[in-house]
Amino acid sequence: MSQSANDVVIQAKGLTKKYKDFVAVDGIDFEVKRGESFGLLGPNGAGKSTTMKMISSVSQRTSGELKILGKEPNTHGPEIRAHLGVVPQKDLLDRELKVWENIFTYGRYFGLSRKFLKGKVDELLEFAQLTEKRNAKADDLSGGMQRRLAIARGLVNEPEILLLDEPTTGLDPQARHVLWDRLFRLKEQGVTLVITTHYMDEAEQLCDRLIVMDNGKIMAEGSPAELIKQYSSKEVVEVRFGTDKNEKTAEKLAGLADRIEVLPDRILLYTAKGEELLAQILESGLHPVTSLVRRSSLEDVFLRLTGRTLVD
Amino acid sequence: MITQALVSQAVLIAEKRRNNPAASVYSGRARMMLERGVYAAKSSNWLVIVSGFFEPVFYLLAFGFGIGQLIGNLTDGNGNPVTYAAFIAPALLATSAMNGAIYDSTWNVFFKLHFGKIYQVMLSSSLGPLDVALGEITWALLRGLVYSLGFMAIVVPLGLITDAWGLLAIPAATLIAFGFASFGMAITSYFHSFQQMNWLNFFLLPMFLFSGTFFPVSVFPQWIQVIVQALPLWQGVELVRSLTLGIIHWGLLGHVAYFVVMIVGGMWFTTVRLRALFMR
Repeated sequence: MSQSANDVVIQAKGLTKKYKDFVAVDGIDFEVKRGESFGLLGPNGAGKSTTMKMISSVSQRTSGELKILGKEPNTHGPEIRAHLGVVPQKDLLDRELKVWENIFTYGRYFGLSRKFLKGKVDELLEFAQLTEKRNAKADDLSGGMQRRLAIARGLVNEPEILLLDEPTTGLDPQARHVLWDRLFRLKEQGVTLVITTHYMDEAEQLCDRLIVMDNGKIMAEGSPAELIKQYSSKEVVEVRFGTDKNEKTAEKLAGLADRIEVLPDRILLYTAKGEELLAQILESGLHPVTSLVRRSSLEDVFLRLTGRTLVD
Repeated sequence: MITQALVSQAVLIAEKRRNNPAASVYSGRARMMLERGVYAAKSSNWLVIVSGFFEPVFYLLAFGFGIGQLIGNLTDGNGNPVTYAAFIAPALLATSAMNGAIYDSTWNVFFKLHFGKIYQVMLSSSLGPLDVALGEITWALLRGLVYSLGFMAIVVPLGLITDAWGLLAIPAATLIAFGFASFGMAITSYFHSFQQMNWLNFFLLPMFLFSGTFFPVSVFPQWIQVIVQALPLWQGVELVRSLTLGIIHWGLLGHVAYFVVMIVGGMWFTTVRLRALFMR
């Protein structure tokens, strides 16, 4: 197998999944290259998890093409799954087993030898910072530890591609940062990461490239910086005038910014120079309750593409 | 390094099986499920498992030796006298095999399907649904086998196995446990609430009481006999009782065939259901 940096490891064309009348994934095209960190970003129900299931070869597509490491999932499912590490959304640990046994037995499912796994389990426990917890029951771990155990388990077969479905949902900020650090390390070692998330900051932190999904379709594709450049301005001014006044005040602000979005709780003004715009607003005699100048984020990209905010 | 640049062991193992028939549903590693079972059992509550073994023993004591005193001897199929305890012992052996297999293949499988959710994770490895089905069913049948071996260890010294053919009661019990485990898991895969699971008990208790366990089915009118004879426990009771009393005839193969159909059918349905539940 060639190891060139431009190797395409996942290729999807017109990928579609229907459940009866419901179209979960609607003819999407994308490619993932070896070693990159690829994100699927979108709100709940956008089709991210369904796409992940098709990639992990446990769900068969309705139509379109899908190749994983050049292999066809419909006919080579077990082989493809041997190439992949899967970290499911709800960890799904084996609660009857101890921490180390969770990794060990999962390795055995792949047919790996006990001898190989003995060393491997120690190495992965170290990596997941769980060495001291090795004999604890999986159930007794904190949320962050359970997620790290799920990642360690997913790595036991030395996968080329690691699939992470909402890796930090439900974790506190500190546990999130520990997890991100571990994922960076994997990326440095050349593991291809495929990550679904509905957190913009996570996508910006972790993903080299991403697709924005909504209603089973791809709305945009690119690196976080490219997407922000293409779909948003450099900076954003957020002002709040109070729930009933936002709409009215927005009319007065029209023309000051490149683009205005009025949300129920605040007004977003898109511009290249945030501080100048804010000064202008204050000079014009308007007095927002709160104001904030910030850099544009993927949240703004999503708002622009779909007219909705991502996390409700 | 967490991963290697070269192709991993796991991939090499999976690629070797590429051209096997049914490679997409079966990886030949059902035994890994048994290994998992051993690790899980190590830290589980053994009292619960042991208590299941005593149930038929209590029935043997209460009915075989208690009520048996009032009944005296019966005659077997060959017209020979047989004590009441020796009449019900084989039926309780078949019941032991059934109970052990049913505990694991119904309630435990139900829990794993809906709360533990471990099958989903197994199927994201290179295991196939037939590995999972075969592994879980074998695990359940082992419990049935352990119960029936334990029961044998009690009834043989008591002299309740009157014929050398009775040794074959052990493979027969294995077959019965296999049949119930296979069928039990298949049916459990269709259930999604506790209420539905309780129907199982509703069905199992009368089957236990009326399958020729404590009295011959000849006491029933013809049409009820036909229904009882269609039930798996009657098939098992007849098979084991004929062996322990040494009444050997070709008809026994009919009972064996009944369980073979149950095993194969149960395994097929379980595999199909696991696919439908977790790989759709």
